[in-house]
Amino acid sequence: MAAKSINITLKIWRQKNANTKGALETYSLNEVSTDSSFLEMLDQLNEQLINERKEPIAFDHDCREGICGMCSLYINGRAHGPETGTTTCQLHMRMFSDGDTIYVEPWRSRAFPIVKDLVVDRSAFDRIQQAGGFVSVNTSGNTMDANSLPIPKDDADKAFEAAACIGCGACVASCKNGSAMLFVGAKVSQYALLPQGKVEARDRVLNMVRQMDEEGFGNCTNTGACEVECPKGISLENIARMNREFLKAGLSSEK
Amino acid sequence: MALTGLFLCTFLVGHLLGNLQLILKTGEEGRRAFNEYAYFMSHNPAIKILSWVTYISILFHAIDGILLTIQNKKARPIPYARNNPSKNSSTPARYMAVLGTLVLVFIATHMANFWYKMKISEEVPMHSFIVSVPDQSGQIQSQEFYYTHNLQLIPKDDNFSVKNGTDLYMSKMNIKIGEGYRDLHTVVMQFFSKDNDSALFAVLFYVLSMFVLSFHLWHGFASAFQSLGLNHKKYNAAIGFIGKGFAILVPLLFAIIPIIIYLK
Repeated sequence: MAAKSINITLKIWRQKNANTKGALETYSLNEVSTDSSFLEMLDQLNEQLINERKEPIAFDHDCREGICGMCSLYINGRAHGPETGTTTCQLHMRMFSDGDTIYVEPWRSRAFPIVKDLVVDRSAFDRIQQAGGFVSVNTSGNTMDANSLPIPKDDADKAFEAAACIGCGACVASCKNGSAMLFVGAKVSQYALLPQGKVEARDRVLNMVRQMDEEGFGNCTNTGACEVECPKGISLENIARMNREFLKAGLSSEK
Repeated sequence: MALTGLFLCTFLVGHLLGNLQLILKTGEEGRRAFNEYAYFMSHNPAIKILSWVTYISILFHAIDGILLTIQNKKARPIPYARNNPSKNSSTPARYMAVLGTLVLVFIATHMANFWYKMKISEEVPMHSFIVSVPDQSGQIQSQEFYYTHNLQLIPKDDNFSVKNGTDLYMSKMNIKIGEGYRDLHTVVMQFFSKDNDSALFAVLFYVLSMFVLSFHLWHGFASAFQSLGLNHKKYNAAIGFIGKGFAILVPLLFAIIPIIIYLK
């Protein structure tokens, strides 16, 4: 397919820092190749802004191949834009038409404060992970080989699917309640399904859920928006598994 | 939310079965069947416990729902300038709090119309009826009787009196001889009858409320299972199917009752 150029209007959230008020600014950008990715289009806009001696737009990005979870962006009312199962770096400008107006906003969540423009601080996810998203292993030198433990193929597959979560935060961004249950559900599930994770399962789910609540995320009302918008297709089954783990742990824990 | 929600779903089924007595049988038989049901509901000790569980469930479901909604609103202080949630979730799922509030408004008016009159103000009269028979001289004699719940007929005259709401006593000896019951059937029939000026509004409000309830259940039924962790590919299709069927059938059956009464 031959490359085509389109002219677009962008409405982009600009905010100097966490303490100032932001607003949507309008930009015109001409001759955007439909083969370019959404992030390349923003690079092009930033070049234009720099040439005009204006402050370029800050946005998060890293691997640009859909696996790091760095890029975010709420594009035209949807996390990572109109395509499902993709991150913003994998979204291409061929999804848009000539003359389109495109809204670009940061993730909106109390737990993800804005650092600048479109960049949000997602360290709340790191703190949830640190509260229990790990397996304690004694590294004395005689650590057992993980493969020596038999694991049913189905469980291994499900754990792997849960572990595919890249922690981008699209679930929180698209949830009407700003809930992080899909992220936490995936992180709880990837360990709960494996024998290595069973040892600390009870404390893990209680600590991670407590941390999630402390960070100020909302509550899950099972709208299912997160599952649809998740670039890695993490299933709602993981939230149900976390709920089961939480009920089980809550009933039996002495804490 | 899930536990109280599912309990309230079972309550709806029980309530519906009772209400259907209003249309399944007609005339004096229907009146008796429904009033007998109402008597059972207000006298059976197990039902009394169940009714308290229901009141507490409604209150908990409403208050917890409000508190969670406040938390959820706080979780996103700045809304999106452009949002497209219809692409990722169903409309009823996103408006559960609004739908729930409307259902609560309906419950309040519904209880004021029937529950309050039956249980608190005791405005609902006793079930009685007039028997007219010719005497020896051929003149029509009319006598009004109370109907008791073990099929006694007790004349409504000075020899008998009503105490404690529905207990029938022999006036002179002060002995309880039977238990009458309230005529809720007539109150309901009059409430929704065409002869009543406000009945059309009452029927429309009722039917509209059942639409709201249907949307609430459309998401709520299956959602409760997910909250309890009951998500399994073997059962998900069945839960979804039963939930949607429940959300359509139960409010529909509730709604046709006042319509039938109005059109009679």
